[in-house]
Amino acid sequence: MTPEGLRYTKDHEWAKKDGDLVVVGITHYAQDQLGDVVFVELPAVGRTVEAGQSFGVIEAVKTVSDLYAPVAGEIVEVNGELAGQPALVNQAPYEGGWMVKIKPANPADVDHLLDAPGYKALLEAHSA
Amino acid sequence: MTTLTTPFLECHKRAGAKLVEFAGFLLPISYEGILAEHRTVRTGAGVFDVSHMGEFEVRGPDAGRFVDHLVTNRVADVEVGQAVYTPMCLPDGGIVDDLLAYKFEDRIMLVVNAANIEGDWAWVQERAEGFDVRLENVSDRIAQLAVQGPRAAEIFESHVPSAALDLGYYRFTGATLWGVPMVFSRTGYTGEDGFELYFDAAQGERVWDELFKAGAKVGLKPIGLGARDTLRLEMAYCLYGNDIDRTTHPLEAGLGWTVKLDKDDFCGKAALEQAKAEGLKRRLVGLEIASPRVARHGWEVAQDGAAVGEVTSGTSSPSLGRSIALAYVPATSAKNGTAATVRSGTTELPARVVPRPFYTEASHR
Repeated sequence: MTPEGLRYTKDHEWAKKDGDLVVVGITHYAQDQLGDVVFVELPAVGRTVEAGQSFGVIEAVKTVSDLYAPVAGEIVEVNGELAGQPALVNQAPYEGGWMVKIKPANPADVDHLLDAPGYKALLEAHSA
Repeated sequence: MTTLTTPFLECHKRAGAKLVEFAGFLLPISYEGILAEHRTVRTGAGVFDVSHMGEFEVRGPDAGRFVDHLVTNRVADVEVGQAVYTPMCLPDGGIVDDLLAYKFEDRIMLVVNAANIEGDWAWVQERAEGFDVRLENVSDRIAQLAVQGPRAAEIFESHVPSAALDLGYYRFTGATLWGVPMVFSRTGYTGEDGFELYFDAAQGERVWDELFKAGAKVGLKPIGLGARDTLRLEMAYCLYGNDIDRTTHPLEAGLGWTVKLDKDDFCGKAALEQAKAEGLKRRLVGLEIASPRVARHGWEVAQDGAAVGEVTSGTSSPSLGRSIALAYVPATSAKNGTAATVRSGTTELPARVVPRPFYTEASHR
C-alpha cells in the first residue's frame, strides 16, 4: 500500500521521478480516507506552483480536499483520464490515478521528501 | 462522554465496515464504498443498522391526546397499525425533532433522532404535565434495522405472513421472524420500498445473521451512513441538524403537509398560524449545481452578488450524476428555474432551483 521507490508528503501525496519530471498523485491511505472520488479539479498546464501550495481539489462524496504540490515547479501535464474516470484515484492511486507531472524548479527537491519507511511511520503515528 | 455502540458492532467489523462516531454512537460510514452501496439500495436491497435511533413509549388514557398536543401532525385518530411522520415543535414553531409516531392498540411509539434522544426525552416529559400518560424511554433495549430497496420484500417472502407483505407504505404490523417478535414496518428513508424492523436488542446478532441468510438470493448487503445520506438527499428528505433544527419551522422546510393547523391546540400552533398568515420569508428548495463540485452544509447562496441564503445539505448524486443541494432561499427566489450562485471562500458555482425530489425513479416516495 506504500510502494518503495516513491517519495511522500505529510499531506499524503506521492511523488515519483520520471526522467526530469516528477509525477504526483495521492496515496492509498488518502484515497481510502476520502472514499469514492467523484471529481478532480486539476490546474492548467503551464502553471507554476510552490512546494506545499494547493494546485487542485479532490471532491469525494462525503468530503472535499485540497491537493498540494510536493515540489516547486511547472505543471507540464495533467491526467485527462480523471475527468471521465475519477474513480481511478480509488482503484489505482499509484498508477492510473496519477494527477499531474511537474518539471521541478530544483530536481533535488524530491529527494528531500519522505521515503516509504518514513511515510509508513507517519501513518502508524496517525492510527496510534 | 463515552462512545455508545449498537448490538451490531461485531457484525459491522466482520463485514469490513469503516466505523465513525455519529451522534455519540460508533457506526459504519461505509463498507465497500458509498457509490456501490447507494447502487445496491436503488437496484437490489441493503440493510442499515439504525439502532442508534431512540424510541419512547407513551401509554395511558391521554396517550393520543398528549401526542397530538406534542407534534404537528395528526396521530390520535389514525388507524392502529399506521405510522405517521411528524415534526415536534417549540412554542415558537422551531423544530425540536422530526420523528415517526407508531399507533398501537395500547400505546404510541415515538422514534426519534439519535442526537436528540436526551433533549427530546426532557422535552416530552416536560410537556406531559397535566396529561394522564406513562412515558418510557426504551431506546437502549431496542435494535432497529432498515431493509431497503426494490427487492426488499422478496427477502421476507417465506418468513412473514403474506398480509405483512401486503402492508401499504407507512403501515406496520407485529410479526415473529426467526423466533424473534418484532415490529415490521413498511417505512424508510431512501425512497425505495422497504421495511424497518424493531426488536429486542439482545437478539441483534441472531437477526442480522438470519436476515443475511434470507437475503442472499437478492444479494443483500450492509449499507453505511454515507449512502444513507446520499439516498435521502436524492429524495430531498430533511436531515435533522442539517436542514431543520430549532431555528427553522416546518412550513419553510416544505413540511407543511405534516402541520395540521385545523387540529386542536398543539405546541407551536399559534406561531405557525402566524407564520402562515404573514407569508413565508424563506423556503427550503432543491438546487442543481452546474459543476461537478459539491456545495456543502454552510455554503452561502447568493443572487446578484449578495448573500441571500444558505446551503443545508449537498452531495454528488450517485443516481443522477449531478451535484445537488438543499438550501434556504428567500420565498421570492424559490420558484423552479430561479438562478443563483453557491459560494464558499473563493469558490463560486452556478445553481438553479429545481423540483424536489431530485430523484423520481424510486420504488416508493
